[in-house]
Amino acid sequence: MDLRLAAVSHAYGGVEVLRDVTLEAPAGRITCLVGPSGCGKSTLLRLMGGLERPDKGEALMLGEAPAGSLNPLTYVFQHFALLPWRTVEGNVRLVLEDHPLSRAERAEIVADVLARTRLTDFAKAWPRQLSGGMRQRVAIARALAVRPAVMLMDEPLSALDAQTRELLMDDLVALWGRERFTAVYVTHNLAEAVRLGHRIAVLSRRPGRVREIAEIDTPLDQRRPDDPALAAAQTRLWRLLREEAADADRELTGA
Amino acid sequence: MTDATFSAAAAPAEATAPSAGTPRPVPFRGGGFQPRGRAWAGPLVFVLLIAVWEWGSASGWITPLTLPRPSAVAGVFADLWASGRLWEHLGPSLARLAVGSALGLAAGIGVGLMIGLFSLARAGLAPLVAALFPVPKIALLPLFVIWFGIDEGSKYALIAFGVFTPTVVATYGGVDNVDRSLIRMGQSFGMPWRSIVWKIVLPGAAPAILSGMRVSLAIAIILLVAAEMLGAETGVGAFVLTAGALYDLESLFCGVAILSGLGVAISFLIGRLERRLLDWRG
Repeated sequence: MDLRLAAVSHAYGGVEVLRDVTLEAPAGRITCLVGPSGCGKSTLLRLMGGLERPDKGEALMLGEAPAGSLNPLTYVFQHFALLPWRTVEGNVRLVLEDHPLSRAERAEIVADVLARTRLTDFAKAWPRQLSGGMRQRVAIARALAVRPAVMLMDEPLSALDAQTRELLMDDLVALWGRERFTAVYVTHNLAEAVRLGHRIAVLSRRPGRVREIAEIDTPLDQRRPDDPALAAAQTRLWRLLREEAADADRELTGA
Repeated sequence: MTDATFSAAAAPAEATAPSAGTPRPVPFRGGGFQPRGRAWAGPLVFVLLIAVWEWGSASGWITPLTLPRPSAVAGVFADLWASGRLWEHLGPSLARLAVGSALGLAAGIGVGLMIGLFSLARAGLAPLVAALFPVPKIALLPLFVIWFGIDEGSKYALIAFGVFTPTVVATYGGVDNVDRSLIRMGQSFGMPWRSIVWKIVLPGAAPAILSGMRVSLAIAIILLVAAEMLGAETGVGAFVLTAGALYDLESLFCGVAILSGLGVAISFLIGRLERRLLDWRG
């Protein structure tokens, strides 16, 4: 299933955050959204998943969600959004409880996604006992449990330290290699974008518009941090972003 | 730029400092503000207080006309226990407390959730609750007697009403403090409204509701006694009133001790409940 934003504009209380954005997230690929802070990346993601309604334009789903998808548009949040009063297992089960599944089916799905995110040994742990990276893996397991058609990831690694981020990026690459999931991945980190993105959409500062869409053809599992082609892509993206970021920064300081 | 000025200023100071004097330990300033369990301290205060009091009475320093001897009060309690009159009074009191608080808590949590969840309920009911909160509930007892009858009904109503207002305020305060991103998460996974309330909002508000219960159940005991003093033949309140009228200080103190024991027991039970329900906080 593809996801498309068609000529979307949006404003919060008179402040225009997005202007005439048209963007497509094709199935089976990871589309990264990068842009300076405050450019409306996260708003874009909320519009795509139906957590907010655009002022103008529309968010469209193209094609059918795969059979058995319980929640076609599924988010992974920056701050994990785990319920502290449920164990790892309970947090994953939470999103299955309202679907007509038998107890055994539910247990099977939970066990399966925990195994895929290598969390089986931590099924009974409380979120407070886990490191940030582990918590985000729980959130990813929870997202996988509802068999999403599109994963909407809002800066999923931003709250983590640099080493954990590297490890989780490897995990995501391995996961994509097995599942070929569709994702829209918002980040302000260009290294993440060139590592995980098949397409990278660069947004301008507020009001956000699509400045450019870059495609990176190197397969995800062959991308090395020292790959000169990736470094070149990252430098080119940074050149595009640099002015926007500097202007956005000045704007915020002035406000 | 700032880096350069920093190191330039720091370097000469560092160069002269080591020879300036004898090394002395950095003073520790980080203590306190960390309440920890000291299980022995509570009982010890009670024991010490009662021991001093007993000693004062025994030595004649405290006359039995102003304060009865703790051992005499204990004797009255033993008599009550042995004759079965204890349950004659404590039984009805506990029943009134249980029924009244259960009604008040249920209504309070319900209305508190509504105020927390619906803008219209908030706009309409929050001012009403603010207006009801400071009303001294005891003053309304005569009214409740007319509305709900002279016997148990009016007592249930008084206790329920007293428990209701603090519970409402605690509940909607708790709901307001539930992390919105968790609710957003529930919506993004397509959870139905009732599941979001039951599995996200209520557990998120539970700590606030439970600490509200500590306050509201203490109020319930006060109102229980007031109601029993104003019109009841049995109950701890009636027992205390009769003892006071007869200037039977031993019985009066025994009744008061039963009430404070009741308070301690309720506080203990809420503590257990908190540990059960909030064990995820660690």
